[in-house]
Order: sequence, then structure tokens, then C-alpha cells
Amino acid sequence: MYDLSQLKVSNSPHIRSEDNTRQIMLDVIIGLLPALAMALFIFGARAIISVCVSVVGCVFFEWLYCKLLKKPQTVGNLSAVVTGLLLAYTLPVTAPWWMILIGDFFAIVVVKNLFGGIGKNFMNPALGGRAFLMASYAVYMTTWAKIRTALPLFSNADIVTAATPLSSLKAGQLPEASILDAALGMVGGSLGEISALALLVGGLWLLWRRVINLRIPVSFIGTVAVLTLIFHKGDAGALTWMAYQVLSGGLMLGAIFMATDYASSPVTPNGQIIYGIGCGVLTVLIRYFGSYPEGVSYAILIMNCCVFLIEKISQPVKFGYVKPVKEPKEKKEAAK
Amino acid sequence: MAHTFKGGIHPDDKKSATSGKAIELLPAPAQVVLPMSMHIGRPCEPIVKVGDHVYLGQKIADSQAPVSSPIHASVSGTVVKIEPRPYSFGTEIMSVVIENDFKDEPDPSLHPLDIDSMTSEEIVAAVREAGIVGHGGATFPTSVKISSGLGKVDKVIINGAECEPYVTSDHRIMLEYPWEVVGGGKLLAKIFNVPEVMLGVEENKQDAYPKLKEYLPEDGSVKLYPLKTKYPQGSEKHIIYALTGREVPSGKLPADAGAAVFNTDTAAAIYRLFTTGMPAIRRIVTVSGSAISNPKNLECRIGTPVENLIDACGGFVEPPKKLIMGGPMMGMPQYRLDIPVMKGTNGFLAFCKDECVTVEHPACIRCGKCVGACPMRLMPTYIYQCSDKGDVEDLEYYNALDCIQCGACTYVCPAKLPLMQGILVAKQRVMDARRKK
Repeated sequence: MYDLSQLKVSNSPHIRSEDNTRQIMLDVIIGLLPALAMALFIFGARAIISVCVSVVGCVFFEWLYCKLLKKPQTVGNLSAVVTGLLLAYTLPVTAPWWMILIGDFFAIVVVKNLFGGIGKNFMNPALGGRAFLMASYAVYMTTWAKIRTALPLFSNADIVTAATPLSSLKAGQLPEASILDAALGMVGGSLGEISALALLVGGLWLLWRRVINLRIPVSFIGTVAVLTLIFHKGDAGALTWMAYQVLSGGLMLGAIFMATDYASSPVTPNGQIIYGIGCGVLTVLIRYFGSYPEGVSYAILIMNCCVFLIEKISQPVKFGYVKPVKEPKEKKEAAK
Repeated sequence: MAHTFKGGIHPDDKKSATSGKAIELLPAPAQVVLPMSMHIGRPCEPIVKVGDHVYLGQKIADSQAPVSSPIHASVSGTVVKIEPRPYSFGTEIMSVVIENDFKDEPDPSLHPLDIDSMTSEEIVAAVREAGIVGHGGATFPTSVKISSGLGKVDKVIINGAECEPYVTSDHRIMLEYPWEVVGGGKLLAKIFNVPEVMLGVEENKQDAYPKLKEYLPEDGSVKLYPLKTKYPQGSEKHIIYALTGREVPSGKLPADAGAAVFNTDTAAAIYRLFTTGMPAIRRIVTVSGSAISNPKNLECRIGTPVENLIDACGGFVEPPKKLIMGGPMMGMPQYRLDIPVMKGTNGFLAFCKDECVTVEHPACIRCGKCVGACPMRLMPTYIYQCSDKGDVEDLEYYNALDCIQCGACTYVCPAKLPLMQGILVAKQRVMDARRKK
């Protein structure tokens, strides 16, 4: 006789993959590290302080929300850490700590948890937080420190500012920085968005780990590239104009890390392509015609709101789908 | 180029534990228990009485229903009991218990059949009389599949995909009895009067290719097609799609796409029927899993208690946490070992730990992995969410009834949602609502 006392009887399937939510979030965090290293190199210790404030703030608000509402604690899935990192990456490095915390609160509590927590938020929390700060503290949000200068760790006194490539592009001119500098991130801009190459390395990591697929990043960046190639400005040719457009601003960060956010992007394969193209079109429209120099964050937020509509029109055609045959009119009338 | 379909998953196949082990013959047990339902369709009625002597291969139960399959004695001896006994579907069912006299006297009326002198009606009747059902696990009566497909079917497929992890019984059959599989294919080509029978085998069984090729007929009536190793490649609909490019219309049978699929062991059973006259009385079962001391492929009589199989494999390493009849993706969970091996039993697994991770508060993160994995191109997470919150119309909108319950969505889900369980509820709700209409 065998001991069967420890048996569990449950429905199939009886095996599951090793993937889990926490591992996915950890992979995203790892994917964001190269950009953090570049930020440290370009902006110095101030960048690390901003990121730490943001991460700690997000984790704290997540913990507090669950605690106060007596919900199961969700800090362990690390999604708050990802939101904290992403929010800090989209802010100027000189953003004051109290402002970052306000952004954290709005991102974690209002955008994410009030809509039901992880997976239920219809907007990317980090971008929601950024949009809130943009509307509230426009001056702080558009102060761009000159790169490779010593920044005070906490105060905002004596900050040397500089133009970003995007402001030149907005004016229809090519930036002073070389394309190589723009790719490496040796230009002004938000904390974590400036180094396109570091973000691409992170994107490759996510692809290799199968956290994201190519559909959204390629359709997003591809649309921006094609549109800027067709409607080019400046006097150095279409390709140069396109290269600056693609490498500058938040496009890489947005296309690789923000637009691919699971909760606020479509789950259907075709929907992801439609969504990516929509993001690209809106980005170019805002960059060309909007009042802001940068359009990525608003483009993604607007497309976030369309996700359910996109999913409706892009539901996969089921296996074995048969087109319903329309009954000929005579038959219908005969049946009557 | 290996043939395949879109979607699906790549679980660790864990077949190496038994794929290299030759089939071992398990001695017939002292008693066999033959449940009256080992097939899809109407259960059989016993046609023997307690005390009757039965021969090996003698018919002991039958039903007049159009979809059913008779049952035969898998040992010779005496009928000692006809009573409800537990079986692998969790409840009890009327079963015939035969005391083995260890003489293995075959039924004298059994004789080889000559397919060339038989009409198609006679062939269907012979396959029915032999109690042959789909040995892949679904156990649909083979005679019904043949008779419903005659005249409609122009693509006949032998399914050697065996995509379930752990299970290697079909693999061993193809390695050790390739002439039976190919021979069954030749017979099927004659039965359906098609020029070619497609034998699809997954690429993780490449060692079987040369063995099968040795017996492939020169006239090309049976041809070998490699299939990509992917779960659920052995699903009837998906093997048809992979090999012919046809999609079985939603809610219809393979015959409606002009195709018929037979499991490798079913083809071998047809071959044995025509060459020896012996009906379905034996089964090759892979016994494997982390809790099994010495995993094996066992050839055993139908009706052998599972406990005998475990004994033959050296018992358990430690008390098992999970027992499964079949493969780990679609197999039935078990809670006792005094259940018999049935016609569709291709494997029996025992795990040391429950490998199905569950979390306390699963929350969908909308990663879309289930949508990508679903071989039916459904949206599992939405069916799951609507299963307890939505209306039946929502479930219809998301095509809940098209789910083939392969479990691929549940396997890939990183948030560990019980998708499969929710979808089962959803399907039941839709079927209830349709019945009410």
C-alpha cells in the first residue's frame, strides 16, 4: 500500500511555466539599468538621488495604499519600483524631491491603485504622473541642466541650463550636438531618456528575456522614422533629420519601456501594431504642430485611452472561423 | 521543413526519463477490472454473467447506441463480479471483474481478416466489433470516425505528435513496432481509398524516423511528415492544419474539413486486428514523474490496476503530491491507485511536488501571453474574466466554446491565473444557456 495522504487533486494543466510577475518586473528593472548608468555619468550623483527618491516614494505609496485599505500587500511584485524608475527617467534631473513625491503619489495611488491596481490601470502610471507634474509645475518640468556640470545634490540654485535637441528640432533646425552625441546621450533632456543606445541595450535584454516583443517598439519607432523621413526639415537631408528625430527626446524610452507597458497596451498581436503606429503618428503630430517640443508621453497616454477600442477591432480571428452565410432574400421571405 | 501551426507553447518535454527505455511486458494481473465506459459515447451493458468463463479477446459488453464501443476480456478466466468500481473519472462505474486463469486462451472465433475481400460496411463493422477507439486519450470510437468520414475524407493522418510532456508510449511503439504503425496506415489508405496517408511525427522523436522509413511502402501510400515540437501539436485540429493547411470549421468535425486523424496506437490496433483478429486488449502506458522510482514504458492488459504499474516501477520515491492519468497538460488528476488502465490511458504520472504553482491573489497583468499561446486564437484572459462577472453574451463574443482545453494559456500565465478552471466554468455556462433556448 502506498501513502496517498498528501495528494492534491486539481484540474489540468498540472505544470506551469517558471515565469512570474515579479520576475518580469525584475527584468524590466534590469533593462532600465544601462540608462541609469548613463544618467550617472552625464548628470552625476544628482541623478541617483532623484531616482532613489522616486522609487522609495512609489514603493511607500503602494505599501501605504494596501495597508490603509486592508488589501493584500502588492509591494513584493516590484511593479511600484518599475513605476518609480520610469517616472524619474521622464523628469528633468533637477526636479525637486517634493515634486517627485507628488508625481509618485499621483502615479501609484490615482492612476494605478484607484483603478484596481496592477493590470487594471488604463494609463501608464509613470506617464500619468509625469503629465500631472507637467500641468502643475511647468517651469520645473522644462528646466534642462547643462550636461557634465556639477549639480547641487538637493537645491536648485546655480543650475546652468542648456537647450535640448528637441527645442531645436521644434524650430525646424538641426541641433548643435552630433548624431553620435544624440545617440550616446551627450545632450540635454530628461534624466533617463537621453541615451538612446543605453535604452536600446535594455530593450534587447527585454526582447531576449521575452518580456516584450518587437511589435510595439518597431511599429512606434518605425512610424516616427517614416513620417519624419517624408516630412523632413532642416538643410542636412532627410536621413539626418530622421536620425535626430528618432534619437532625441523620449522616443526610445517611450517605445521600449512605456508603450510596451502590459496593462495599458493591447493584448492582441494586431492591436499592438495599430497601437504602435498610433503612438508614432501622434508623436510626430505633437512634435510638429503641438505647443510642446516633445510628444511621446502624450501620444502614449492618448493611445492608452484607445486600447479597448483597438482590442475590439483587432480581436484575433478564431481558428476555424466560418463566415456566416447570408441567407438569400427569397428564402427569408419564404420563411415568413 | 517541419510542419506546424501558430501559437502554442514549448514546455520542457521531460521525455528523456522513459524515451530510451524499451517497452516492458507487465505480467497479466490476477484480476482485471473492465469499466463499461472506456470511450466517448453510451456506456456498454455487460453481456456475460457472474460465473461465466471467458476467453482472451471475447466480447463481454456492448451497446446498441450509434456512438459506443464494445469491451473485450483482456485475460481468459472467470467473471467473478459485476459491480460499480472506481475509475479514472473520479466516480464509480459498472465494471466487469475477471479472475485470470493465466492460460490466455484466445477466443476461438477470432481470426485474421482479409481487407481486400471486405466491403467498407464490413470493415467498419469489424473495427467496431474489435472495440477500437482513439488511443490518444479522447477515446472516440474509431468505427464511427471511419463511417462518418467515408466519402468525405481525402486526407488521412496518423498522429504521432505525442506533444504531452513525459508521455513516450507512442514514441516507443514507433521505435519498436514501426511495421504495425505503417501497416495500420496502409490499411487506412485502403479503407478510405486515398492515395496517401500522412504520418506526422514531432521532431523530438527523430530516432523513430529511420525505423518508420524502413517500412514505408514504395507506392507512397504512407508518407512520413516531420512536425515541429510544440504543444499542442497533437491536437486533432492542429495536426490537420499543420499537414494540410485546412482549418476544421468551428463546432464541426474533422470530416467536415475532409480529414480524419488516427493515433499511432490506434493505427497499430487496426493492423493487429486485421493480421491477428485480436481486439483492443492491451495498452502501452508510460509511468513517469518525479515520484516514480524507476520510470518505464509498460505494456499491460486493459483493466490492470494502476497499483500494479507503480509496483513494476519500484514504487514511489516519496509519498506523491499529485497523480495524473495521462499527460501533465490535459491528464485527469487521481486520488487512488485501485483504478484500472483503460483504452485511452497513455501515461500515468506521479509528482513529488505540486508543480502547478498557485498564488493567493492572482491579478492579470495583461501581458497577452495567453493570447499568443492560444492555438485556437482566442483571448483566454477575457473569457476568464467574463466567466464569473460577464454575461453569457460576452462569453459567446469571446468564443468560449471554441476552447479545446489544451491548457497552454494557463501554462504560460506569469500571474498564475487559474485560466483553464475559469474557462471550464464559462463553457458550462454557455452550454447551459444554449440548452435553455
